[in-house]
Amino acid sequence: MKQAKRKWALMSSALLLAMTVGCSSSSSSTSSGTDSGTTTPKDSGTSEPAPSKDSGDKGTTAKKTITITYRDDGTGEKGTLYKWIKDVAAQYSNKDVEIKPTPIQASEGDYFAKIALALKSKDTAPDIVTEDTFMLNSDASAGFLEPLDERLKGWEDWTNGSFIEAMKKGVTASDGKVYGVPYNTDSRGLWYNKEIFKKVGLPEDWQPKNWDEVLDAARTIKAKAGSDVVPIWMNLGKATGEATSMQTYEMLLYGAGERLYDDASKKWITKSQGITDALTFIETITKEKLGPPLSKVLNGQAGNTATREYLPKGKLAISLDGSWIPGNYLDGGAAPWPEYKDVLGFAPMPTNKGQAPGSITLAGGWALSIPANAQHKDEAWDFIKFALNKDNTEKLVIASGNITVRADVAKDPEYTKMPFNEISTEYLKNAEFRPAQDKYPEVSTQIQTMVESVATGTKAADAAKKYAQDITRIVGQDNTLQK
Amino acid sequence: MGGLTVSTPRLKRKNYTWLYFLLPSIAIMLLFFIYPILLTFFYSFTNLALTGEAAKELKFVGFDNYARMFQDPTVRVSIWNTLIFLIGSAVIGQQVLGFLIALLMKHKSKVFRRVIGTVVLAGWVTPEIVCALCLYSFFGDEGTLNAILSFFGISAVTWLYTVPMLTIILANIWHGTAFSMLVFQAALDDVPNEIEEAAVVDGASRLQILFRITIPYIKETITTNMMLVTLQTLGVFGLIYAMTGGGPGTSTTTLPIFMYNQAFVNYQLGYGTAISLLLLLIGIVLSLFYIRSLKE
Repeated sequence: MKQAKRKWALMSSALLLAMTVGCSSSSSSTSSGTDSGTTTPKDSGTSEPAPSKDSGDKGTTAKKTITITYRDDGTGEKGTLYKWIKDVAAQYSNKDVEIKPTPIQASEGDYFAKIALALKSKDTAPDIVTEDTFMLNSDASAGFLEPLDERLKGWEDWTNGSFIEAMKKGVTASDGKVYGVPYNTDSRGLWYNKEIFKKVGLPEDWQPKNWDEVLDAARTIKAKAGSDVVPIWMNLGKATGEATSMQTYEMLLYGAGERLYDDASKKWITKSQGITDALTFIETITKEKLGPPLSKVLNGQAGNTATREYLPKGKLAISLDGSWIPGNYLDGGAAPWPEYKDVLGFAPMPTNKGQAPGSITLAGGWALSIPANAQHKDEAWDFIKFALNKDNTEKLVIASGNITVRADVAKDPEYTKMPFNEISTEYLKNAEFRPAQDKYPEVSTQIQTMVESVATGTKAADAAKKYAQDITRIVGQDNTLQK
Repeated sequence: MGGLTVSTPRLKRKNYTWLYFLLPSIAIMLLFFIYPILLTFFYSFTNLALTGEAAKELKFVGFDNYARMFQDPTVRVSIWNTLIFLIGSAVIGQQVLGFLIALLMKHKSKVFRRVIGTVVLAGWVTPEIVCALCLYSFFGDEGTLNAILSFFGISAVTWLYTVPMLTIILANIWHGTAFSMLVFQAALDDVPNEIEEAAVVDGASRLQILFRITIPYIKETITTNMMLVTLQTLGVFGLIYAMTGGGPGTSTTTLPIFMYNQAFVNYQLGYGTAISLLLLLIGIVLSLFYIRSLKE
């Protein structure tokens, strides 16, 4: 009797616990939905409970609240976007609406997951959302975003060539519709420290012609610059997310003349010489210890460590990174460094053997989109038109150190006088974009896994094989291509 | 006799009243335990995704997620990592260490017990994420451990990268040992002194007393504790995620981390729920194993 009772008690408590273990997944999937992590910065004025509560029943005099959601990287009210939104909102002539920043404080990867959850419901969707152009197609396919074609037709700036035509590609989804207005873009290349180059006898005006020249420079630095100088830094970890895929792997892959996705046959390329070449480059850097210490490069802060710490302190010679990094060094930036203009150089990333077009860059960027579940689409659109006019975009790209997507801003002396802006914009002429495919974000995480495994010692061939298997599983056997 | 006729309806009514009292808890159980599990079970057969075309339209995909799971080499790695983590930190670490601390504290002075008990308990009361941060800064490149080592002239080691599994195992031991210690303390206090004293009189050595008397006496507590600690450890996520993120590579990717990555990094919620059911299954199998061993 006693034994049986105890057995039952044990059984039930075991089951209960097992359930708690199992449930942790489902509970986290639901809880993240409600707790979208939206941190609202302390606003000086009104404290509105929720943006959606101000529908018509209060009468026309009530102010409508237009919420803008963007990623806060931890800088809060000092963040460029926060300051810009406040500034633009203050000048906005329509005083019937209140523009309210509703940032999501998260790492880049988490931001996309949180946005996806927030956009799913009318209760949580903001009126305007900042979308990374690589997620835009995926979120559009999910039906989260509002197509803007009709509205764009009536916007002079869009139709009269003020926006660089090539940039419109970045906000066009696979269904051919436009889902956002781009506000910045970027190019990528090799940042290098001229002082270190001078010390080890490398040219201060460095223009590598192929990958071997990049590696040779790194080897020279390793031999001559001392053990506390990292020769070359590339993002190599899963924790740095899209930066690893785009700044490192895709720069190499596209530079080797290969693509991720074959547009003609509409298939993902799972095996090719280009993949091998790209991984071999990473393998060489790992084997010869030309790269950063793994403990620094494999965590989510790697990008900041390189740009804000290693580069200004003269502990890093070459960094394969984006055109935005000088934004950090401006007065009021994250790591002010007035000398950066003279110390840093920005060389184009060569193709692997120097073949045409000689250098390569990938371009990304961000856009303002209107969620399909937004409450005030018309007001949101009106604000987007104002926020992304010439003067306001210019303010934003200058403050953030990004490249403009507007042709009229690109010509403005105010913009071109910023160091590196002209050269970064020039690199865009060979710019390539990531595939506008809704599977891309998933493929991208497999790229990160592959790159990290090579960086931690897996053979390039093995990593490539696993990548091929993973991609096949994600997109289906019929949608893959081997070269 | 008359009392019987009166008490019958009362008895009947009593039969229903227990239900009324239980109803709220049954409802809560259904809503917060059974329903999510069924939902998880259902979603594991769909292509549920956070974004992309699949997010628009939920499709039933049969056993695709499960088939994918069995083909995925990372699943095997994750199961292996989970087992190493489980055996290292829960079965060996927390269980054995907890038992030893409890044993050594027995018959010691009150002050000693209190001081040591509080120190061990500090790890247990620390929230998981705080614990992860503490140990991250302990094992970090410029962390406490390396600072201590460099004081003795030993060069720094990148612990989180050279021995990542060991660091998370030690972290979990540090975090969880107090629980086992408390359980064993209570159990050891129940072992009657008379038996031990009798054994001493018969000339038994301390080890003999430990293995022939003390451990058999608290065998059931050991098994129960083993089960509780196992199930707690199976679900550990925050500690590993904050310390190593499952890396470098996949060297500390346990099933919960893998599940999170699939669901919220790859946006494949359907696949993620299938993995969570695998985790649930492992938990149930291990519990049944413990319960059975208890019966024998």
